Amino acid sequence: MSSFRYLPMTDEDQVNMLKTIGVSSLGELFADIPASVRYQGDLPIEEALDETSLLKEMSRLEKKNVHTKDYPSFLGAGVYEHYIPSVVNHMLLRSEFYTAYTPYQPEISQGELQGIFEFQSMICELTGMEVANSSMYDGPTALAEAAMMAAGHTKKTKILVSEAVHPEAREVLATNARAQRLELVEIPLKDGMTDIDKLRSSLDENVGSVLIQYPNFFGQVEDLQSIEEIVHNEKAMFVVSSNPMSLGVLQAPGHLGADVVVGDAQPFGIPSQLGGPHCGYFAVNKKLMRKVPGRLVGETEDRHGQRGFVLTLQAREQHIRREKATSNICSNQALNALAVSISMSLLGKQGFRELSEQNIQKAHYAKRKLKENGVPVVYETPFFNEFVIQLTKPVKEVNESLLAEGMIGGLDLGRFYRGREDQMLAAVTELRTKEEIDRFTTVLGGLI
Amino acid sequence: MTQSNQPLIFELSKSGRTGCSLPDLDIETQPLDDLLPRSYQRKEPAELPEVSELQAVRHFTALSQRNHGVDTGFYPLGSCTMKYNPKVHEDIARFKGFAHIHPYQDSATIQGALEVMYRLQISLAEITGMAEVTLQPAAGAHGEWTGLMLIRAFHEANQDYKRNKVIVPDSAHGTNPASAVVAGFEAVTVRTNDRGLVDLDHLKELTGEDTAALMLTNPNTLGLFEEEIVEMAEIIHEAGGKLYYDGANSNAILGIARPGDMGFDVVHLNLHKTFTTPHGGGGPGSGPVGVKQDLVPYLPAPQIIKQADRYVFHYDIPESIGRVKPYYGNFGINVRAYAYIRTMGPAGLRKVSEFAVLNANYMLRRLEPYFDVPYSQHCKHEFVLSGKRQKKQGVRTLDMAKRLLDFGYHPPTIYFPINVEETMMIEPTETEAKEVLDEFCDAMIQIAEEAEDHPEIVQEAPHHTVIDRLDETKAARQPVLRYEKQ
Repeated sequence: MSSFRYLPMTDEDQVNMLKTIGVSSLGELFADIPASVRYQGDLPIEEALDETSLLKEMSRLEKKNVHTKDYPSFLGAGVYEHYIPSVVNHMLLRSEFYTAYTPYQPEISQGELQGIFEFQSMICELTGMEVANSSMYDGPTALAEAAMMAAGHTKKTKILVSEAVHPEAREVLATNARAQRLELVEIPLKDGMTDIDKLRSSLDENVGSVLIQYPNFFGQVEDLQSIEEIVHNEKAMFVVSSNPMSLGVLQAPGHLGADVVVGDAQPFGIPSQLGGPHCGYFAVNKKLMRKVPGRLVGETEDRHGQRGFVLTLQAREQHIRREKATSNICSNQALNALAVSISMSLLGKQGFRELSEQNIQKAHYAKRKLKENGVPVVYETPFFNEFVIQLTKPVKEVNESLLAEGMIGGLDLGRFYRGREDQMLAAVTELRTKEEIDRFTTVLGGLI
Repeated sequence: MTQSNQPLIFELSKSGRTGCSLPDLDIETQPLDDLLPRSYQRKEPAELPEVSELQAVRHFTALSQRNHGVDTGFYPLGSCTMKYNPKVHEDIARFKGFAHIHPYQDSATIQGALEVMYRLQISLAEITGMAEVTLQPAAGAHGEWTGLMLIRAFHEANQDYKRNKVIVPDSAHGTNPASAVVAGFEAVTVRTNDRGLVDLDHLKELTGEDTAALMLTNPNTLGLFEEEIVEMAEIIHEAGGKLYYDGANSNAILGIARPGDMGFDVVHLNLHKTFTTPHGGGGPGSGPVGVKQDLVPYLPAPQIIKQADRYVFHYDIPESIGRVKPYYGNFGINVRAYAYIRTMGPAGLRKVSEFAVLNANYMLRRLEPYFDVPYSQHCKHEFVLSGKRQKKQGVRTLDMAKRLLDFGYHPPTIYFPINVEETMMIEPTETEAKEVLDEFCDAMIQIAEEAEDHPEIVQEAPHHTVIDRLDETKAARQPVLRYEKQ
């Protein structure tokens, strides 16, 4: 008997099947593999574990991690901990969803297709855009794809990106720009925001796109209205990367003239899981519909006039266009897009606004408490749920003290920006209670 | 499956309902105008649907009932490796210590996660015969692009700037030529010979000092092992190029033959194919990339390394191609793949490939009398049939695929690879029992008979799905890509 529970083949089955095939041994089926490249012996990996031992081993590993369910966390910087209704996980575990492939056969994939159509619709609602695709890997790769799309569309080789865009997103962008031999220019900061004068002076007729994050990496709300005017005056495309959770209270980038809005929908129902998988989104206006990378779901009907959904405008995609495709993306984050849809459906119009407002209120409460405790906050410009704290010693040391108090401190900005080793980027979401915020601000006050 | 039409969730909406309960704010609040200038505030609220929790649950449950997954029934979709997705992995990936950890936590607080990544890097390197593996790429195509960027960095580090061509077979996945172009290369196509293998003479013709790499799936997309792989590697290496292994079909070779030993320099794996992580209706996947020693200096940072008894992020990779993904890849997917490798062990993985190949060959021989078989040698984990014979009766491969839906099966991959007429590409995987293969073959045989005797039954299929064939032309000509309130 086979001891592998995923392998149903019995000895008797094997004998019968080999007979049908007309060979006497399994080995004959591999005779086409040259002897010189055949692997001899057993792979030097760990021996098989039964289910109980596997769970024990994985739980040993899991327990070595400090997690944010036990330790209140003030980390954000692109990955946020928010309320995830129980329903989300229960629906995701409907295995008709998670064990399905890409919906290439619409007659038996209407569930997935409709779920993604709803996702596209909700992303359009949030961002104020007309068309959203079915998801990208994550926010930063979506941003890079936006810059590549803009370069292709405008035939212009220069990309301007604000230094207030997530540093890792700029790294991903740099790798992509190198691949396509595009020039990447960074616009410096002024008081934690994109320096608008520098942006104006960096723009020229070779710039295909300008990339701004909203709220930016430091949590500050960029003045999109002013930036939009400057960018469009030079006929460049205006790309905004946005935390969708903030769009309950902040003006939608689409209503402020953005040409492309991208970002990560992780704040809606997706756990942080060490940074992936999350859920990139990509939204444009109708005129760019045929330039969008990745899958799009569209509505249509069958011969009886019954509404149904299909993958559409596939002439953009790699499996049809091969080397002429607009992008090489194939698999995306469909299941996570579904998590986002479910999450947004549960929140609804009022809940979304309220949740977004709770974030801005909690973060501002934390800022007030810090000031009361004598801890300076670096910027006085509008922010959403994140802001920069000035400490008097390295963040690394402060975070060790916080950990000793059972808390996870914010991001050490020195990790990405030289000279900012004493500055902490702290995120305060609706999950942080008054008691936790008070404790956090008191500990920081005591360390000043 | 349910028969009724399911409204869009927006159509279930009624003002005043909600499906969540937020706690009351426990802090003193301030008027929003004090926090945010009016001009920054959103004026038109996002019109998200307003439904109760039960309405949402019923809605998404109804949607799930209109979807076919591996748990629903057989899914022999070629080149997609629709094997069973173990339930225990779903539990493990949801452990709090894996699901709720932040990428910027101090590495001392996530040692368990780093250990998983480190061990997975090493296991995948052993399985593929490579020196090192990066877990950063999010999916197969992303891995292809990463691998090609590594090859480009290698050539450029050798001041070798003339290598601007990547050779791909005409049977290759569409992502191969697309990835080549996105990595800054030109894609050139090498022909398949009459045995379904790369035409070696043509390859020689195409190979030269402008060759950056040859991208190959082995076994190829026809399910055939490229027997002359050693010669091919010699041709490419002698010309100064590199060999790229598209791991989409690795389910045929685990513990049997390693890409590294075949002469490949770079390999990507689709953990969502070979290593059982769920396809999720199109993702998320994970596409780790392994490289030989001479390409190690160009890997994306960070790598996970072990120093004494600590696991650390290693960022000091000065010649790196740069980051391809934020943070450290799709960790939540990688945990599942690691659990799978631990469950199977070396002997189990080998059996996986043996049975995947046995199943495919068994089906091939059972179906051979009823369909055209363009390549008759033993196949590996998948095989292709041609619907040429049925086409003469006016029945297309698309029709047969739709007819299979009536039997409760997901059809094979159709019209790919593009170098075979009326293709059907069938991949059973090792997790299917012989009875399932037999029932499926019986259905296929019945359809072949129907194509001869009652072609209209097949041409008008499907007959038993929730919806008929959909008008795809209309969808593309008059695109409706979102719900809009009437």
